[in-house]
Amino acid sequence: MKQFLAIATALVLAAGSLLTAAPSHAQAKGDVVIGLQCDRTGPTQIVGTVLCPGFHDYIALINSKGGVEGRQIKALEIDHEYKVPPGIEAYERHKKEGAVTMAVYGTPHIYAMAAKLTEDRIPGTSPGFGSAAAADGIRYPYIFPIAATYWSQGAAAVDFVKKQLGGSLKGKKIAFIFYDNPAGREPIEVLEDLSALEGFQLKTFAVPPPGVEMGAQVLDIAQRYRADFVIGHLFGGAPSVSIKEFKRVGYPLRKFVSFVWGAGEANIEGAGGFAVAEGYYVMQFAGVGTDYPVLNEIREMYKKQGKPAPKEMASTVFYNRGVLIAALHVEAIRNALKAKPDGKITGEDTKKGFEKISNFTLGGLVPPLKVTPTDHEGGGLVQIWQVKGGKFEKVTDWFAAYQDVVAKHIKEAGAKK
Amino acid sequence: MIHRECGVLKTTYEADMGLYPLPIAKWTVAALGVLFVVVIPLSLHEYYLSVANLVWIAVIGALGLNILVGYTGQVSIGHGAFMSVGAYTAANLANRLGSPWPVNLLAGGLMAALIGAIVGIPSLRIKGLYLAIATLAGQLIIEWTINHVTFISGGVQASIEVARPRLGPMVLSSQRDMYYFLLVFVVLGIAGTMNLMRTRVGRAFIAIRDHDIAAEIIGINIFRYKLLAFAISSFYAGVTGVLYTYFLGIANYEQFQIGVSIDYLAMIIIGGLGSVLGSIFGAIFVTLLPIVIRYAMEAFGGIFFAPQTVLNLIPNLRLMLFGALIIFFLIVEPEGLNRLWRNIRSYFRVWPFAY
Repeated sequence: MKQFLAIATALVLAAGSLLTAAPSHAQAKGDVVIGLQCDRTGPTQIVGTVLCPGFHDYIALINSKGGVEGRQIKALEIDHEYKVPPGIEAYERHKKEGAVTMAVYGTPHIYAMAAKLTEDRIPGTSPGFGSAAAADGIRYPYIFPIAATYWSQGAAAVDFVKKQLGGSLKGKKIAFIFYDNPAGREPIEVLEDLSALEGFQLKTFAVPPPGVEMGAQVLDIAQRYRADFVIGHLFGGAPSVSIKEFKRVGYPLRKFVSFVWGAGEANIEGAGGFAVAEGYYVMQFAGVGTDYPVLNEIREMYKKQGKPAPKEMASTVFYNRGVLIAALHVEAIRNALKAKPDGKITGEDTKKGFEKISNFTLGGLVPPLKVTPTDHEGGGLVQIWQVKGGKFEKVTDWFAAYQDVVAKHIKEAGAKK
Repeated sequence: MIHRECGVLKTTYEADMGLYPLPIAKWTVAALGVLFVVVIPLSLHEYYLSVANLVWIAVIGALGLNILVGYTGQVSIGHGAFMSVGAYTAANLANRLGSPWPVNLLAGGLMAALIGAIVGIPSLRIKGLYLAIATLAGQLIIEWTINHVTFISGGVQASIEVARPRLGPMVLSSQRDMYYFLLVFVVLGIAGTMNLMRTRVGRAFIAIRDHDIAAEIIGINIFRYKLLAFAISSFYAGVTGVLYTYFLGIANYEQFQIGVSIDYLAMIIIGGLGSVLGSIFGAIFVTLLPIVIRYAMEAFGGIFFAPQTVLNLIPNLRLMLFGALIIFFLIVEPEGLNRLWRNIRSYFRVWPFAY
């Protein structure tokens, strides 16, 4: 028996080594490749399992309509479980397959790839995560946040709170409850500046990872500090917990606005459903809901194939973000192909393609971004939505606030390094 | 490694302790040297070298952890944090003083050794699971410190960019450059560990693992050697962290969280505790297996499922297969891949005359 097992394992190992040596299946000639990193299995899978299908559906839609400038797009997805080494491997694999843009996913990943992206001259996107300083297109030429960074989100939140509290923040008390990691702490410096500028009192409340224990902080905010408004910046399962806890201590959720990663249907459902979260304000960098022309086209495409629309479409917040990210990549490729009639585009061309994106709104699903060679964020636009009557309702249109303060921080960060 | 050893008659202790038990072993090592220094880097695409680089980094870390867990018998769930100590020490030195990478590498290793020895102090009183929890506390404290003390972490983002290492006029930035850069340290790490285990220190470690009271009775200073084991092991971890930092071009706290410590423990348990080859096998297994499974799924998954389903299935099935294979290998051979390799070898050594 022992010998048999020994031989069997030897064979398995040999087969394994053969598989690694086998060349990857060649891509079809002429396809434009996008490298897509996903997290369908790691700690942020509630985002990944919905966002990535959205990305693929948009690409499929573009391909079904004849592609971009006559070229088909291929989104090569690799799941990295939110771990960095598999992310590096994914990046190199995408590079080998000739990817001209990289849809990176995860804050540690965009950090880990920053140097490589610049050396290899391939643009990578970090929508809604990563370093806010990367909005500086001069300092980080190949990183594109292409959505409101945490600094812009913080500025927008303060502006929104100001309007909610009657147009002045003088002497008001704002609580900032955040996930205690670098990404969670990032907006604090902007909030502190704004508190000096607007004359409100700011108190920060850290929630240690994994963010499921915040009873004390919430009680503190509601009973002792008695905040006039709360700004929340939590990830993963933490937003759901925060909704439950604020509900439990009787703090009105209509005085709570969450950053973009606490803003999905899954976050609300995790807290016990839309009825529980009534009044909760959320910030979005992509349109919410099913009522957009591009989503109708996707449903139409599935209908033509005789298939029902995928169930992920019901989770509109993260699905629409997937569509948004895919659409911006496609736009960058489109701009690059237009500029190069011979169709031989590289990462440098798609970088310029990203920098030409302007007023591309996809029927309201995408904010009217204006990406430029210096501003890779595109204006820091967000919308505020509110949980009302069992669904999200739009409260504000696209807006950005205090962009001078944000710009000052970006400049300082650039000068520091 | 791969050789027959009929008629080996050693007459001196030196010969018995030699790194190469037989002359042919030298040839095996030379052949491997040619393979890894010439054939692989010059024939493979950069992508494969990037995978190799990830393996190299894992090998160095696993070797270090094996010195502590495998050879000395002290558990540590803090190695991810020790790596971050090395990484941030090097990144700070590089950015504040502009010191060259060899200095940073050494400083990162030494700082990690110091912190590792401090975290190892509880090992003098407690063992096994209790020590595991104590080192876990070390991991969390170091994580917290780096996360909150901006003097160390270089700002709220807790990430410090470092320039690529330079070798004279050459800047090492491509995966091929990195391959050679890391390979040097892999060779040093392997040679270092193998030699360490032939010295008095290494023997003392093994004696402590096998029975610490007996070891004390035969005159081994437990206090000193346990802390030394933590220090040496953490030195390896610190060097791993520094190499990882130079490999990525950035030190970022989220790259050294507790999951990393667990991954490295998994490597040495799957590979084989208390063996150099086991550390290497484990590092290769844990790093490469998910990639191999994904390639297999991409090649064959389409036969059974729709493309969209495959995309959702690959990552999940990969996790399941990965887990199942770990269980399979551990049931087949609880002592790890190294033992399995030796079993295969001894089977073929007498083949086809098994009896």
